[in-house]
Amino acid sequence: MDSGSIAWMLTASALVLLMTPGLAFFYGGLVRAKNVVNTIMYSFIAMALATVVWVLWGYSLAFGPGSAFIGDLSAIGLQGIGIDDGEGVPTLLFVAFQGMFAIITPALITGAFVERFKFTTYLVFLVLWLTLVYAPICHWVWHENGWLWDMGALDFAGGTVVHINAGIAAVAAAMMVGKRRNPGIEPHNVPYVVLGAGLLWFGWFGFNAGSAVAADTLAVSAFIVTNVAAATAALTWGLISHMRTGKMSAVGVATGAVAGLVAITPASGFVGVMGALAIGASAGAICLFAVDIIKGMGLDDALDVFAVHGLGGIIGALLTGVFAVEAIGGTAGVIEGNAGVMGPQIIGILATLGYSLVVTMAILFVLDKIPGLGLRASEAAEDQGMDISAHGERAFVRDGAD
Amino acid sequence: MLKIEAIFRPERVNAVSTALLDAGVTGFHYQNVTGQGQQRGVEVVTGRGGQATTRSAVPKTLLVTVIADDKKDEVVEAIVSATRSGEIGDGKIFITEVRDVVRVRTGESGADAI
Repeated sequence: MDSGSIAWMLTASALVLLMTPGLAFFYGGLVRAKNVVNTIMYSFIAMALATVVWVLWGYSLAFGPGSAFIGDLSAIGLQGIGIDDGEGVPTLLFVAFQGMFAIITPALITGAFVERFKFTTYLVFLVLWLTLVYAPICHWVWHENGWLWDMGALDFAGGTVVHINAGIAAVAAAMMVGKRRNPGIEPHNVPYVVLGAGLLWFGWFGFNAGSAVAADTLAVSAFIVTNVAAATAALTWGLISHMRTGKMSAVGVATGAVAGLVAITPASGFVGVMGALAIGASAGAICLFAVDIIKGMGLDDALDVFAVHGLGGIIGALLTGVFAVEAIGGTAGVIEGNAGVMGPQIIGILATLGYSLVVTMAILFVLDKIPGLGLRASEAAEDQGMDISAHGERAFVRDGAD
Repeated sequence: MLKIEAIFRPERVNAVSTALLDAGVTGFHYQNVTGQGQQRGVEVVTGRGGQATTRSAVPKTLLVTVIADDKKDEVVEAIVSATRSGEIGDGKIFITEVRDVVRVRTGESGADAI
């Protein structure tokens, strides 16, 4: 065992956990004041529920040997994983680290259906989605038996598994639950949005540099490219917003940072700083325009999950193949003359898009039909606000006497 | 008795308070309101920084006080002098008749209760 790596991976795991409350505030600030508790709870409850699912069967389905398509039940309840199993870092620490990814991925989807999705149904959805969508795709990409791993698809920290997967599931969810009846015009709390994006940026160092699963030079490289891509995308988004409206939007800069972080995620162990600059600039520009285009298509993906995470993940996965540097991650990209790397990247993207879209829609279709569940909160609940109707709590009590 | 409802720029509220007390007003209350007049709305940026939209979101302060009939000119002048900048958006004053006033502590009514 390598005590340095253990220390770093414990830290990285905690950093990735912090991303989920960060996401809660990022999303929470963007909705109306009557829905902020509900929006935050979609993320926060994932920390509780996804952790339990992960240790009971999620880890085993994702990282059990199984087949090329899914793990098995050999490590159900983490049975058979000894306290000192593993090389470099203990297997249990890898379980904990990966569990944090299983928390944030379904939480990302919730941005699509905020302000109208029934909370109780969400809890059931979360369990089913982790089991039927997240675990298999995680296995495809990150287990040595997985078919995408075998094909050589590059995804260092989860561009495919986390972001494309959550982004397309968000499209499925927005389609199935339908549009909000009266969407708000402005975010209710811009400081929450910026605070959330700041926590995401901070936690992302654990997400990407932790995906080296060691305290080594690859982790250092992933750390710096993560920062560079986030910075470049934030700057790009901010400048374009300034050109379009004459003002630099704080929500725009914060969203740009997140788009850059998403795009560098698959690339973070493969590209250098110049690649990160290009990836950040591409994500900052393309995702900004995608926000408008997708809104124009009439899909109420309320908090632009597909534009930022889905498309950001796709940009990242493609540009990983373009900018990969052999001296960093062991694989040369198109610029270094290895065009063959693009095939597996494209197949990985398409397979994730297709599988996640179809299975997520199927899960939601079934949940909608089950008496007592259903996807959509009642009109009265939506009008009153999900905070009072789902939780009996308000974010801001303004009754004068208190 | 007259009810004075004055809408003005929020940053003038301290000047108005002082002017009203100088004019002999015995009490008033105010709240922050949002609305639209000749100044129209305010431009806000939406769509993740991608679009500018105008909405009726100009913040103003609405102050309410009740005065004796003979105080009208003095109080109106106090409010105007404390709020006028000459630009669109200075606000408006509404004056209505009040049928009765009751002071809760003593049960007095009419002009004595103001």
